[in-house]
Amino acid sequence: MQVTMTVNGDAVTREIEPRMLLVHFVRDELGLTGTHWGCDTSNCGTCTLWIDGEPVKSCTTLAVMAGGHEVRTVEDLADGANLSPLQQGFMEEHGLQCGFCTPGMMMTAQALLDKQPDPDEATIREAICGNLCRCTGYENIVKAVRWAAEHPAGADSEVSA
Amino acid sequence: MQVPETFDYERATSVDDALALLAKHGDEARLIAGGHSLLPMMKLRLAVPEVLIDINDIAGLDHIRIEGDEIAIGAMVRHAALKDSALLFEHYQVFRDAESVIADPLVRNRGTIGGSFCQADPAEDLSAVGSALRGSCVITSVEGTRTVPMRDFHQGPYETAVADGEMLTEVRFPIRPGSGSAYEKVERRIGDWAVAAVGAFVQLDGDVVSDVGLGLSAVRAPHYTIPEAEEALRGKPATRENFEVAAQLCHDLCDPTSDQRGPSDYKRHLARELTLRALTRSAARARGEDS
Ligand code: FES
Ligand code: FES
Repeated sequence: MQVTMTVNGDAVTREIEPRMLLVHFVRDELGLTGTHWGCDTSNCGTCTLWIDGEPVKSCTTLAVMAGGHEVRTVEDLADGANLSPLQQGFMEEHGLQCGFCTPGMMMTAQALLDKQPDPDEATIREAICGNLCRCTGYENIVKAVRWAAEHPAGADSEVSA
Repeated sequence: MQVPETFDYERATSVDDALALLAKHGDEARLIAGGHSLLPMMKLRLAVPEVLIDINDIAGLDHIRIEGDEIAIGAMVRHAALKDSALLFEHYQVFRDAESVIADPLVRNRGTIGGSFCQADPAEDLSAVGSALRGSCVITSVEGTRTVPMRDFHQGPYETAVADGEMLTEVRFPIRPGSGSAYEKVERRIGDWAVAAVGAFVQLDGDVVSDVGLGLSAVRAPHYTIPEAEEALRGKPATRENFEVAAQLCHDLCDPTSDQRGPSDYKRHLARELTLRALTRSAARARGEDS
């Protein structure tokens, strides 16, 4: 069947089977492979993207269910070659090792920062508890999110205490 | 890769529309809300519906409001909204307790109260809360609506009172002035299904328990409750000794099986301990001593 949705601000239309999961739609139909696909069972969170501004697990959402809605993927975080403050935070604080969990982590964390620009560590840990990382022990991921909170305009900015 | 069997997809834009689609497609159709129970089952081919009717775009099923002496919650209210609702928290702290330990924030952005109730998983948390609070379920069909007590709604594992051609549209809970409520759960890791869990409310008249409700999850308590334990406590002083009597009855009368989440005697132990904790916390909240 035909499905039309907005992905990262652009309208896209494709002919797909209703059983196609949203994660496969963005990766295979649209070539947006930033969104990763891991456990397939709504546990790991690496497939996290936004539907209408809310982070959700796209391995447990049908692409057709996103029809008429707004999807945002990790590709939309950077502005051209300029990484977002959150992406910079992951670089500055070594918030990734293998990077498999990173797109999901960032989409979840960005949603948190949009709602709560200055979250404390406990709030960050609660927000990302549906995103598993098997490398970092989460310490640096939390620091990366804190870095973004402290540098809302990116590398050249500081928030005075 | 887990792939569901093929199906046709329909999208309902109103309750009437959904009911018409249900009528048209008969018992091969399933409603899909958040999809976080149904899609995993479809991926494993434990559920093979021929038609999926998406109800996410139906407006007017996402309310949490006071109606008379009840709180009415639309079937499409998401877990995240239940957790955040100040109105709900004011009357029943148990929802925030439970929602803090249901899955994770991403799943809670999608899953709905209606979906949880209709899935009727024996280890489901909200169903135990609903049973503890002795709410009711509003079921709608082309013939009109009927209201079913929560404890008749859940008829067994994965079985509810919703018949072909019907849909759950609202759940309602009586407001109980002077009550407190709480949810206590033990899980293997954050976001997991319960090894065992207990929800409770305690309504106090001075020091006496004027009314009490208990909901137990994952320990094979029929309709998610042990009425004998409630009966033993009703009208008695809200003391630890009396709570222990009720907790012991939950231990004795539940019927957990041993599985990968734990041996049955451990689950029985949890049924007792978590009942005691849930009652103690509910009573403290009823007295305004604990938030
Ligand atoms: S792939 Fe979606 S949660 Fe793991
Ligand atoms: S960086 Fe490897 S899983 Fe998170």
